[in-house]
Amino acid sequence: MTEQEIFDKVVAILKPYVKNKDALAQVSHETNILDELKVNSARLVDVVLAFEDEFNIEIADEDADAVDTVGDAVRLIKEKLG
Amino acid sequence: MKRRVVVTGMGVISPNGTSLENFESALRRGESGIRYIPVLEELNFGCTVGGVPQGVDELAAFNFDEEELLAMNMNHRYGSLAALQAWKDAGFERPERADDRVYWEAGAIIGSGIGGIHTIAEKLVPTVKSGRVRRLGSTLVEQIMGSGVSARVSGLLALGNKVSSNSAACSTGNEAIADGYLRIKCGLAERMLCGGSESSSYYIWAGFDAMKVLARKYNDTPERASRPMSASAAGFVPSSGAAILHLENLENAQKRGVRIYAEVLGAALNCGGHRNGGSMTAPNPVSVQRCIKAALSDAGIGPEAIDVINGHLTATFADPSEIASWAAALERMPGKLPFVISTKSMVGHALGAAGAIESVATVLMLHRGFVHPSINCEDVHPEIEPYANSIPHETKDLPELRTAIKAGFGFGDVNACLVFRKWES
Repeated sequence: MTEQEIFDKVVAILKPYVKNKDALAQVSHETNILDELKVNSARLVDVVLAFEDEFNIEIADEDADAVDTVGDAVRLIKEKLG
Repeated sequence: MKRRVVVTGMGVISPNGTSLENFESALRRGESGIRYIPVLEELNFGCTVGGVPQGVDELAAFNFDEEELLAMNMNHRYGSLAALQAWKDAGFERPERADDRVYWEAGAIIGSGIGGIHTIAEKLVPTVKSGRVRRLGSTLVEQIMGSGVSARVSGLLALGNKVSSNSAACSTGNEAIADGYLRIKCGLAERMLCGGSESSSYYIWAGFDAMKVLARKYNDTPERASRPMSASAAGFVPSSGAAILHLENLENAQKRGVRIYAEVLGAALNCGGHRNGGSMTAPNPVSVQRCIKAALSDAGIGPEAIDVINGHLTATFADPSEIASWAAALERMPGKLPFVISTKSMVGHALGAAGAIESVATVLMLHRGFVHPSINCEDVHPEIEPYANSIPHETKDLPELRTAIKAGFGFGDVNACLVFRKWES
Protein backbone atom coordinates (compact mmCIF):
# COMPACT_ATOMS: atom_id res chain seq x y z
CA MET A 1 0.00 0.00 0.00
CA THR A 2 1.47 3.39 -0.96
CA GLU A 3 1.79 6.22 1.53
CA GLN A 4 -0.79 8.18 -0.49
CA GLU A 5 -3.29 5.31 -0.24
CA ILE A 6 -2.78 5.12 3.52
CA PHE A 7 -3.17 8.92 3.77
CA ASP A 8 -6.45 8.82 1.81
CA LYS A 9 -7.85 6.05 4.00
CA VAL A 10 -6.82 7.85 7.21
CA VAL A 11 -8.57 11.01 6.04
CA ALA A 12 -11.69 9.03 5.09
CA ILE A 13 -11.78 7.45 8.59
CA LEU A 14 -11.35 10.85 10.26
CA LYS A 15 -13.97 12.57 8.11
CA PRO A 16 -17.13 11.79 10.17
CA TYR A 17 -15.45 13.13 13.31
CA VAL A 18 -14.10 16.37 11.80
CA LYS A 19 -15.83 19.52 13.08
CA ASN A 20 -13.77 21.95 11.00
CA LYS A 21 -14.74 21.11 7.43
CA ASP A 22 -12.56 23.96 6.03
CA ALA A 23 -9.45 22.42 7.57
CA LEU A 24 -10.48 19.05 6.10
CA ALA A 25 -10.62 20.58 2.62
CA GLN A 26 -6.93 21.55 2.93
CA VAL A 27 -5.77 18.53 4.92
CA SER A 28 -2.07 17.61 4.75
CA HIS A 29 0.41 15.42 6.66
CA GLU A 30 1.05 18.39 8.98
CA THR A 31 -2.63 18.93 9.92
CA ASN A 32 -3.20 18.50 13.68
CA ILE A 33 -6.14 16.15 14.38
CA LEU A 34 -7.43 17.75 17.58
CA ASP A 35 -6.42 21.40 17.20
CA GLU A 36 -7.08 21.95 13.49
CA LEU A 37 -9.63 19.31 12.46
CA LYS A 38 -11.37 19.81 15.84
CA VAL A 39 -12.03 16.11 16.37
CA ASN A 40 -13.57 15.49 19.84
CA SER A 41 -10.75 13.90 21.86
CA ALA A 42 -13.15 11.35 23.39
CA ARG A 43 -13.70 9.92 19.90
CA LEU A 44 -10.00 9.21 19.24
CA VAL A 45 -10.45 5.68 20.61
CA ASP A 46 -13.03 5.06 17.88
CA VAL A 47 -10.66 6.45 15.23
CA VAL A 48 -7.91 4.09 16.43
CA LEU A 49 -10.33 1.11 16.34
CA ALA A 50 -11.28 2.08 12.79
CA PHE A 51 -7.57 2.19 11.80
CA GLU A 52 -7.13 -1.31 13.26
CA ASP A 53 -10.11 -2.65 11.33
CA GLU A 54 -9.26 -0.94 8.05
CA PHE A 55 -5.57 -1.95 7.98
CA ASN A 56 -5.85 -5.18 10.00
CA ILE A 57 -3.25 -4.07 12.54
CA GLU A 58 -3.07 -3.58 16.30
CA ILE A 59 -2.20 -0.22 17.78
CA ALA A 60 -0.94 -0.08 21.37
CA ASP A 61 -2.25 2.72 23.59
CA GLU A 62 1.20 4.37 23.89
CA ASP A 63 1.57 4.43 20.08
CA ALA A 64 -1.90 5.96 19.72
CA ASP A 65 -1.08 8.59 22.35
CA ALA A 66 1.89 9.76 20.28
CA VAL A 67 -0.30 10.62 17.26
CA ASP A 68 -0.94 14.37 16.89
CA THR A 69 -1.08 14.95 13.14
CA VAL A 70 -2.50 13.12 10.15
CA GLY A 71 1.13 12.42 9.11
CA ASP A 72 1.85 10.81 12.52
CA ALA A 73 -1.04 8.40 11.94
CA VAL A 74 0.10 7.59 8.40
CA ARG A 75 3.70 6.92 9.59
CA LEU A 76 2.47 4.69 12.46
CA ILE A 77 0.22 2.65 10.18
CA LYS A 78 2.95 2.32 7.53
CA GLU A 79 5.34 1.07 10.23
CA LYS A 80 2.81 -1.51 11.48
CA LEU A 81 2.18 -2.72 7.94
CA GLY A 82 5.95 -3.30 7.65
CA MET B 1 -50.95 33.69 39.75
CA LYS B 2 -50.64 29.98 39.01
CA ARG B 3 -48.71 29.39 35.81
CA ARG B 4 -50.61 27.53 33.08
CA VAL B 5 -48.95 24.95 30.83
CA VAL B 6 -49.76 24.42 27.17
CA VAL B 7 -48.65 22.12 24.35
CA THR B 8 -47.05 24.17 21.56
CA GLY B 9 -45.24 21.46 19.61
CA MET B 10 -45.35 17.70 19.08
CA GLY B 11 -43.28 15.02 17.40
CA VAL B 12 -44.06 11.36 16.80
CA ILE B 13 -42.26 8.29 15.46
CA SER B 14 -44.90 5.58 15.47
CA PRO B 15 -45.42 2.27 13.64
CA ASN B 16 -48.30 3.89 11.71
CA GLY B 17 -46.74 7.28 11.01
CA THR B 18 -43.46 9.12 11.43
CA SER B 19 -44.81 12.66 11.16
CA LEU B 20 -47.79 14.37 12.78
CA GLU B 21 -49.59 14.49 9.42
CA ASN B 22 -49.11 10.79 8.65
CA PHE B 23 -49.93 9.78 12.20
CA GLU B 24 -53.15 11.80 12.25
CA SER B 25 -54.32 10.44 8.93
CA ALA B 26 -53.54 6.85 10.03
CA LEU B 27 -55.53 7.42 13.25
CA ARG B 28 -58.47 8.82 11.32
CA ARG B 29 -58.44 5.87 8.92
CA GLY B 30 -58.12 3.36 11.76
CA GLU B 31 -54.90 2.11 10.17
CA SER B 32 -52.87 -0.45 12.10
CA GLY B 33 -49.08 -0.18 12.17
CA ILE B 34 -48.66 -3.79 13.32
CA ARG B 35 -46.67 -6.04 10.99
CA TYR B 36 -45.22 -9.55 10.82
CA ILE B 37 -41.66 -9.47 12.21
CA PRO B 38 -39.74 -12.42 10.68
CA VAL B 39 -36.90 -12.38 13.23
CA LEU B 40 -39.39 -13.13 16.02
CA GLU B 41 -40.38 -16.34 14.25
CA GLU B 42 -36.72 -17.26 13.66
CA LEU B 43 -36.10 -16.83 17.39
CA ASN B 44 -39.11 -18.99 18.39
CA PHE B 45 -41.23 -16.23 19.90
CA GLY B 46 -44.85 -17.13 20.55
CA CYS B 47 -45.85 -13.69 19.22
CA THR B 48 -44.35 -12.89 15.81
CA VAL B 49 -46.01 -9.54 15.17
CA GLY B 50 -45.03 -6.12 16.45
CA GLY B 51 -44.96 -2.39 15.88
CA VAL B 52 -41.84 -0.95 14.25
CA PRO B 53 -41.72 2.61 12.82
CA GLN B 54 -40.83 2.52 9.13
CA GLY B 55 -38.07 4.42 7.29
CA VAL B 56 -36.31 5.63 10.45
CA ASP B 57 -32.74 5.09 9.24
CA GLU B 58 -33.44 7.27 6.21
CA LEU B 59 -34.95 9.99 8.43
CA ALA B 60 -31.96 9.74 10.77
CA ALA B 61 -29.45 9.99 7.90
CA PHE B 62 -31.24 13.12 6.71
CA ASN B 63 -31.30 14.78 10.14
CA PHE B 64 -28.06 13.76 11.87
CA ASP B 65 -24.41 13.96 10.87
CA GLU B 66 -22.11 10.96 10.50
CA GLU B 67 -20.51 11.31 13.93
CA GLU B 68 -23.89 11.63 15.65
CA LEU B 69 -25.19 8.54 13.84
CA LEU B 70 -22.20 6.46 14.98
CA ALA B 71 -23.30 7.07 18.59
CA MET B 72 -27.07 6.67 18.14
CA ASN B 73 -28.77 3.31 18.57
CA MET B 74 -32.42 2.90 17.58
CA ASN B 75 -33.67 4.24 20.92
CA HIS B 76 -31.62 7.43 20.37
CA ARG B 77 -32.84 7.73 16.79
CA TYR B 78 -36.52 7.44 17.69
CA GLY B 79 -36.28 9.85 20.63
CA SER B 80 -34.11 12.41 18.86
CA LEU B 81 -36.23 12.46 15.70
CA ALA B 82 -39.40 12.99 17.75
CA ALA B 83 -37.73 15.73 19.83
CA LEU B 84 -36.48 17.52 16.72
CA GLN B 85 -39.97 17.41 15.19
CA ALA B 86 -41.52 18.81 18.39
CA TRP B 87 -38.92 21.59 18.64
CA LYS B 88 -39.49 22.69 15.04
CA ASP B 89 -43.26 22.29 15.38
CA ALA B 90 -43.07 24.73 18.32
CA GLY B 91 -41.48 27.28 16.01
CA PHE B 92 -37.79 26.94 16.85
CA GLU B 93 -34.86 26.46 14.50
CA ARG B 94 -32.43 23.68 15.20
CA PRO B 95 -29.36 25.40 16.72
CA GLU B 96 -26.07 25.30 14.83
CA ARG B 97 -23.32 23.17 16.39
CA ALA B 98 -20.95 26.13 16.44
CA ASP B 99 -23.49 28.45 18.09
CA ASP B 100 -22.64 28.66 21.81
CA ARG B 101 -26.09 29.89 22.89
CA VAL B 102 -27.73 27.63 25.47
CA TYR B 103 -31.50 27.67 26.06
CA TRP B 104 -31.38 27.90 29.86
CA GLU B 105 -35.16 28.11 30.08
CA ALA B 106 -35.74 24.84 28.18
CA GLY B 107 -35.18 21.28 29.38
CA ALA B 108 -36.14 17.69 28.63
CA ILE B 109 -37.57 14.66 30.43
CA ILE B 110 -37.48 11.75 28.00
CA GLY B 111 -37.78 8.27 29.45
CA SER B 112 -37.63 4.66 28.31
CA GLY B 113 -38.97 1.45 29.79
CA ILE B 114 -36.11 -0.89 28.93
CA GLY B 115 -34.14 1.46 26.69
CA GLY B 116 -30.69 0.61 25.31
CA ILE B 117 -30.77 -3.12 26.07
CA HIS B 118 -30.21 -4.04 22.40
CA THR B 119 -26.79 -2.37 22.48
CA ILE B 120 -26.01 -4.10 25.78
CA ALA B 121 -26.93 -7.50 24.37
CA GLU B 122 -25.38 -7.16 20.92
CA LYS B 123 -22.23 -5.21 21.78
CA LEU B 124 -21.39 -4.86 25.47
CA VAL B 125 -21.88 -8.46 26.59
CA PRO B 126 -20.15 -10.32 23.73
CA THR B 127 -17.25 -7.85 23.60
CA VAL B 128 -16.55 -7.90 27.33
CA LYS B 129 -17.10 -11.66 27.66
CA SER B 130 -14.49 -12.28 24.97
CA GLY B 131 -11.93 -10.16 26.77
CA ARG B 132 -11.93 -7.31 24.24
CA VAL B 133 -13.00 -4.39 26.44
CA ARG B 134 -10.88 -1.88 24.51
CA ARG B 135 -12.88 -2.73 21.36
CA LEU B 136 -16.02 -1.17 22.91
CA GLY B 137 -15.00 2.28 21.71
CA SER B 138 -16.17 5.58 23.13
CA THR B 139 -19.86 5.52 22.25
CA LEU B 140 -21.09 2.62 24.38
CA VAL B 141 -21.82 4.39 27.66
CA GLU B 142 -23.89 7.17 26.12
CA GLN B 143 -26.04 4.60 24.27
CA ILE B 144 -26.76 2.39 27.28
CA MET B 145 -26.93 4.89 30.15
CA GLY B 146 -30.41 5.44 31.51
CA SER B 147 -30.35 9.10 30.54
CA GLY B 148 -28.94 8.47 27.05
CA VAL B 149 -31.81 9.82 24.96
CA SER B 150 -32.39 13.02 26.96
CA ALA B 151 -28.62 13.61 26.98
CA ARG B 152 -28.49 13.24 23.19
CA VAL B 153 -31.44 15.60 22.71
CA SER B 154 -29.93 18.24 25.02
CA GLY B 155 -26.84 18.34 22.79
CA LEU B 156 -28.83 18.52 19.56
CA LEU B 157 -30.96 21.40 20.84
CA ALA B 158 -28.64 23.20 23.31
CA LEU B 159 -30.99 22.68 26.27
CA GLY B 160 -29.89 24.25 29.55
CA ASN B 161 -32.66 23.48 32.05
CA LYS B 162 -33.31 20.14 33.76
CA VAL B 163 -32.38 17.29 31.41
CA SER B 164 -33.03 13.75 32.58
CA SER B 165 -34.74 10.48 31.80
CA ASN B 166 -37.45 8.87 33.86
CA SER B 167 -38.48 5.24 33.96
CA ALA B 168 -41.85 3.99 35.17
CA ALA B 169 -42.41 0.96 32.93
CA CYS B 170 -45.51 1.37 30.73
CA SER B 171 -46.36 4.62 32.49
CA THR B 172 -43.04 6.29 31.54
CA GLY B 173 -44.28 8.56 28.74
CA ASN B 174 -47.24 9.84 30.76
CA GLU B 175 -45.02 10.39 33.80
CA ALA B 176 -42.50 12.44 31.79
CA ILE B 177 -45.30 14.75 30.62
CA ALA B 178 -46.67 15.06 34.17
CA ASP B 179 -43.21 15.91 35.54
CA GLY B 180 -42.51 18.49 32.83
CA TYR B 181 -45.92 20.09 33.43
CA LEU B 182 -45.18 20.36 37.16
CA ARG B 183 -41.76 21.88 36.53
CA ILE B 184 -43.19 24.63 34.32
CA LYS B 185 -46.14 25.16 36.68
CA CYS B 186 -43.70 25.68 39.56
CA GLY B 187 -41.79 28.28 37.56
CA LEU B 188 -38.61 26.23 37.27
CA ALA B 189 -38.66 26.10 33.46
CA GLU B 190 -40.39 27.92 30.60
CA ARG B 191 -40.32 25.05 28.14
CA MET B 192 -39.86 21.28 28.51
CA LEU B 193 -39.57 18.55 25.87
CA CYS B 194 -41.34 15.60 27.47
CA GLY B 195 -42.13 12.07 26.39
CA GLY B 196 -40.67 8.65 25.90
CA SER B 197 -38.88 6.37 23.48
CA GLU B 198 -38.56 2.62 23.21
CA SER B 199 -36.39 0.70 20.79
CA SER B 200 -37.63 -2.10 18.52
CA SER B 201 -35.73 -4.96 20.06
CA TYR B 202 -36.46 -8.62 20.48
CA TYR B 203 -34.43 -8.42 23.68
CA ILE B 204 -36.99 -5.95 25.07
CA TRP B 205 -39.93 -8.03 23.89
CA ALA B 206 -38.55 -11.46 24.89
CA GLY B 207 -39.36 -11.20 28.61
CA PHE B 208 -42.98 -10.31 27.87
CA ASP B 209 -43.23 -13.24 25.45
CA ALA B 210 -41.92 -15.54 28.18
CA MET B 211 -44.57 -14.18 30.57
CA LYS B 212 -47.18 -15.16 27.95
CA VAL B 213 -48.70 -11.68 28.00
CA LEU B 214 -48.16 -11.07 24.24
CA ALA B 215 -50.80 -11.83 21.60
CA ARG B 216 -50.01 -15.22 20.02
CA LYS B 217 -53.23 -16.00 18.19
CA TYR B 218 -52.98 -13.41 15.44
CA ASN B 219 -49.56 -14.05 13.92
CA ASP B 220 -51.16 -14.53 10.49
CA THR B 221 -53.26 -11.37 10.73
CA PRO B 222 -50.97 -8.71 12.22
CA GLU B 223 -53.38 -5.81 11.73
CA ARG B 224 -56.01 -7.64 13.80
CA ALA B 225 -53.59 -8.64 16.58
CA SER B 226 -53.95 -5.66 18.93
CA ARG B 227 -57.49 -6.01 20.31
CA PRO B 228 -58.08 -3.87 23.41
CA MET B 229 -61.56 -4.30 24.93
CA SER B 230 -62.32 -7.25 22.64
CA ALA B 231 -63.74 -10.60 23.74
CA SER B 232 -61.08 -12.21 21.53
CA ALA B 233 -58.17 -10.15 22.92
CA ALA B 234 -55.21 -12.44 23.48
CA GLY B 235 -52.52 -10.25 25.03
CA PHE B 236 -50.73 -7.09 23.98
CA VAL B 237 -48.73 -6.54 20.80
CA PRO B 238 -45.16 -5.34 21.45
CA SER B 239 -44.31 -2.08 19.82
CA SER B 240 -41.78 0.72 19.69
CA GLY B 241 -41.21 4.33 18.71
CA ALA B 242 -41.15 7.70 20.42
CA ALA B 243 -43.16 10.84 20.96
CA ILE B 244 -42.35 14.19 22.49
CA LEU B 245 -44.58 17.06 23.59
CA HIS B 246 -43.14 20.56 23.71
CA LEU B 247 -44.73 21.95 26.89
CA GLU B 248 -44.59 25.68 27.48
CA ASN B 249 -45.63 28.29 30.01
CA LEU B 250 -48.82 29.87 28.59
CA GLU B 251 -47.54 33.41 29.02
CA ASN B 252 -44.37 32.56 27.13
CA ALA B 253 -46.33 30.91 24.31
CA GLN B 254 -48.66 33.91 24.01
CA LYS B 255 -45.69 36.28 23.95
CA ARG B 256 -44.22 34.25 21.10
CA GLY B 257 -47.59 34.30 19.34
CA VAL B 258 -47.46 30.62 18.41
CA ARG B 259 -50.14 28.02 17.81
CA ILE B 260 -51.34 26.32 20.99
CA TYR B 261 -52.67 22.79 20.60
CA ALA B 262 -54.06 22.22 24.08
CA GLU B 263 -53.61 23.01 27.74
CA VAL B 264 -52.27 20.44 30.17
CA LEU B 265 -55.05 21.04 32.66
CA GLY B 266 -53.96 18.59 35.32
CA ALA B 267 -51.85 15.57 36.14
CA ALA B 268 -51.44 12.98 38.86
CA LEU B 269 -48.97 10.21 39.66
CA ASN B 270 -49.24 7.45 42.24
CA CYS B 271 -48.54 3.81 43.06
CA GLY B 272 -50.77 1.07 44.38
CA GLY B 273 -48.13 -0.37 46.67
CA HIS B 274 -48.82 -3.88 45.32
CA ARG B 275 -51.81 -4.13 47.66
CA ASN B 276 -55.55 -4.72 47.27
CA GLY B 277 -55.10 -6.97 44.23
CA GLY B 278 -52.21 -4.91 42.89
CA SER B 279 -48.84 -6.56 42.27
CA MET B 280 -45.64 -6.05 40.30
CA THR B 281 -47.68 -6.75 37.14
CA ALA B 282 -51.27 -5.80 38.01
CA PRO B 283 -52.74 -2.48 39.14
CA ASN B 284 -54.37 -1.89 42.49
CA PRO B 285 -57.83 -0.63 41.36
CA VAL B 286 -58.04 1.71 44.36
CA SER B 287 -54.84 3.49 43.31
CA VAL B 288 -56.02 3.67 39.68
CA GLN B 289 -59.22 5.42 40.76
CA ARG B 290 -57.36 7.70 43.18
CA CYS B 291 -54.97 8.68 40.38
CA ILE B 292 -57.83 9.53 37.98
CA LYS B 293 -59.61 11.56 40.66
CA ALA B 294 -56.42 13.34 41.67
CA ALA B 295 -55.83 14.38 38.04
CA LEU B 296 -59.38 15.78 37.85
CA SER B 297 -58.86 17.61 41.11
CA ASP B 298 -55.55 19.07 39.92
CA ALA B 299 -57.32 20.14 36.73
CA GLY B 300 -60.05 21.81 38.81
CA ILE B 301 -62.85 20.05 36.92
CA GLY B 302 -65.53 17.52 37.78
CA PRO B 303 -65.83 14.07 36.21
CA GLU B 304 -68.74 15.27 34.04
CA ALA B 305 -66.34 17.48 32.06
CA ILE B 306 -64.53 14.54 30.45
CA ASP B 307 -65.47 14.02 26.78
CA VAL B 308 -63.07 11.24 25.87
CA ILE B 309 -60.95 8.67 27.70
CA ASN B 310 -57.78 7.41 26.02
CA GLY B 311 -57.14 4.49 28.33
CA HIS B 312 -54.12 2.36 29.06
CA LEU B 313 -56.13 -0.58 27.59
CA THR B 314 -53.50 -3.00 26.31
CA ALA B 315 -55.65 -6.01 25.28
CA THR B 316 -54.83 -8.15 28.31
CA PHE B 317 -57.09 -9.52 31.05
CA ALA B 318 -56.78 -6.11 32.77
CA ASP B 319 -59.00 -4.23 30.28
CA PRO B 320 -62.36 -5.04 31.97
CA SER B 321 -61.14 -3.94 35.40
CA GLU B 322 -59.67 -0.78 33.88
CA ILE B 323 -63.04 0.11 32.35
CA ALA B 324 -64.72 -0.56 35.71
CA SER B 325 -62.20 1.79 37.35
CA TRP B 326 -62.88 4.54 34.81
CA ALA B 327 -66.62 4.21 35.40
CA ALA B 328 -66.17 4.31 39.19
CA ALA B 329 -63.72 7.22 39.20
CA LEU B 330 -65.79 9.27 36.75
CA GLU B 331 -68.99 8.32 38.56
CA ARG B 332 -70.67 7.09 35.39
CA MET B 333 -73.25 4.36 35.12
CA PRO B 334 -72.97 1.85 32.28
CA GLY B 335 -74.19 3.51 29.09
CA LYS B 336 -73.09 6.94 30.32
CA LEU B 337 -69.31 6.62 30.01
CA PRO B 338 -67.70 9.19 27.69
CA PHE B 339 -66.03 7.94 24.50
CA VAL B 340 -63.40 5.40 25.45
CA ILE B 341 -60.63 4.43 23.03
CA SER B 342 -57.28 2.69 22.92
CA THR B 343 -54.64 4.10 20.57
CA LYS B 344 -52.85 0.78 21.20
CA SER B 345 -55.46 -0.90 18.97
CA MET B 346 -53.54 0.65 16.04
CA VAL B 347 -49.96 1.01 17.27
CA GLY B 348 -49.60 -1.83 19.79
CA HIS B 349 -48.00 -1.28 23.16
CA ALA B 350 -44.88 0.87 22.81
CA LEU B 351 -44.01 0.40 26.52
CA GLY B 352 -41.96 3.42 27.68
CA ALA B 353 -43.07 5.40 24.61
CA ALA B 354 -46.73 4.35 24.82
CA GLY B 355 -48.00 7.18 27.02
CA ALA B 356 -46.26 9.78 24.90
CA ILE B 357 -47.46 8.43 21.53
CA GLU B 358 -51.00 8.13 22.91
CA SER B 359 -50.84 11.64 24.39
CA VAL B 360 -49.93 13.01 20.95
CA ALA B 361 -52.98 11.15 19.58
CA THR B 362 -55.12 12.64 22.38
CA VAL B 363 -53.93 16.22 21.80
CA LEU B 364 -54.38 15.85 18.02
CA MET B 365 -57.97 14.72 18.57
CA LEU B 366 -58.73 17.76 20.75
CA HIS B 367 -57.01 20.21 18.43
CA ARG B 368 -58.55 18.85 15.23
CA GLY B 369 -61.95 17.90 16.66
CA PHE B 370 -62.25 14.16 16.16
CA VAL B 371 -62.19 10.88 18.06
CA HIS B 372 -60.23 8.10 16.42
CA PRO B 373 -61.72 4.61 16.30
CA SER B 374 -60.70 1.87 18.69
CA ILE B 375 -60.21 -0.92 16.17
CA ASN B 376 -60.42 -4.70 16.53
CA CYS B 377 -63.14 -4.75 19.20
CA GLU B 378 -66.31 -5.31 17.18
CA ASP B 379 -66.77 -8.23 19.61
CA VAL B 380 -66.70 -6.22 22.82
CA HIS B 381 -65.57 -8.16 25.89
CA PRO B 382 -68.63 -9.40 27.83
CA GLU B 383 -67.60 -7.51 30.98
CA ILE B 384 -67.21 -4.31 28.92
CA GLU B 385 -70.46 -4.87 27.00
CA PRO B 386 -72.49 -2.52 29.30
CA TYR B 387 -70.18 0.30 28.14
CA ALA B 388 -70.12 -0.77 24.47
CA ASN B 389 -71.97 2.32 23.24
CA SER B 390 -68.99 4.45 24.39
CA ILE B 391 -66.52 2.71 22.06
CA PRO B 392 -66.27 4.29 18.60
CA HIS B 393 -65.51 1.78 15.81
CA GLU B 394 -65.03 4.52 13.26
CA THR B 395 -63.78 8.10 13.36
CA LYS B 396 -66.20 10.63 14.85
CA ASP B 397 -65.86 14.25 13.80
CA LEU B 398 -66.54 16.25 16.95
CA PRO B 399 -65.57 19.92 16.77
CA GLU B 400 -67.17 20.36 20.22
CA LEU B 401 -64.65 17.99 21.85
CA ARG B 402 -63.08 19.91 24.76
CA THR B 403 -61.56 17.73 27.46
CA ALA B 404 -59.69 14.45 27.29
CA ILE B 405 -58.14 12.23 29.91
CA LYS B 406 -55.16 9.95 29.25
CA ALA B 407 -53.75 7.38 31.63
CA GLY B 408 -50.94 4.87 31.78
CA PHE B 409 -50.65 2.02 34.27
CA GLY B 410 -47.29 0.29 34.50
CA PHE B 411 -45.47 -2.67 36.01
CA GLY B 412 -44.58 -1.83 39.58
CA ASP B 413 -48.23 -0.83 40.11
CA VAL B 414 -47.47 2.75 39.05
CA ASN B 415 -50.07 5.09 37.54
CA ALA B 416 -50.01 8.37 35.66
CA CYS B 417 -53.02 10.36 34.55
CA LEU B 418 -53.15 13.51 32.41
CA VAL B 419 -56.03 15.87 31.62
CA PHE B 420 -55.81 17.87 28.39
CA ARG B 421 -58.16 20.64 27.26
CA LYS B 422 -58.53 21.95 23.74
CA TRP B 423 -57.08 25.46 23.46
CA GLU B 424 -59.72 28.07 22.67
CA SER B 425 -58.30 31.57 22.50
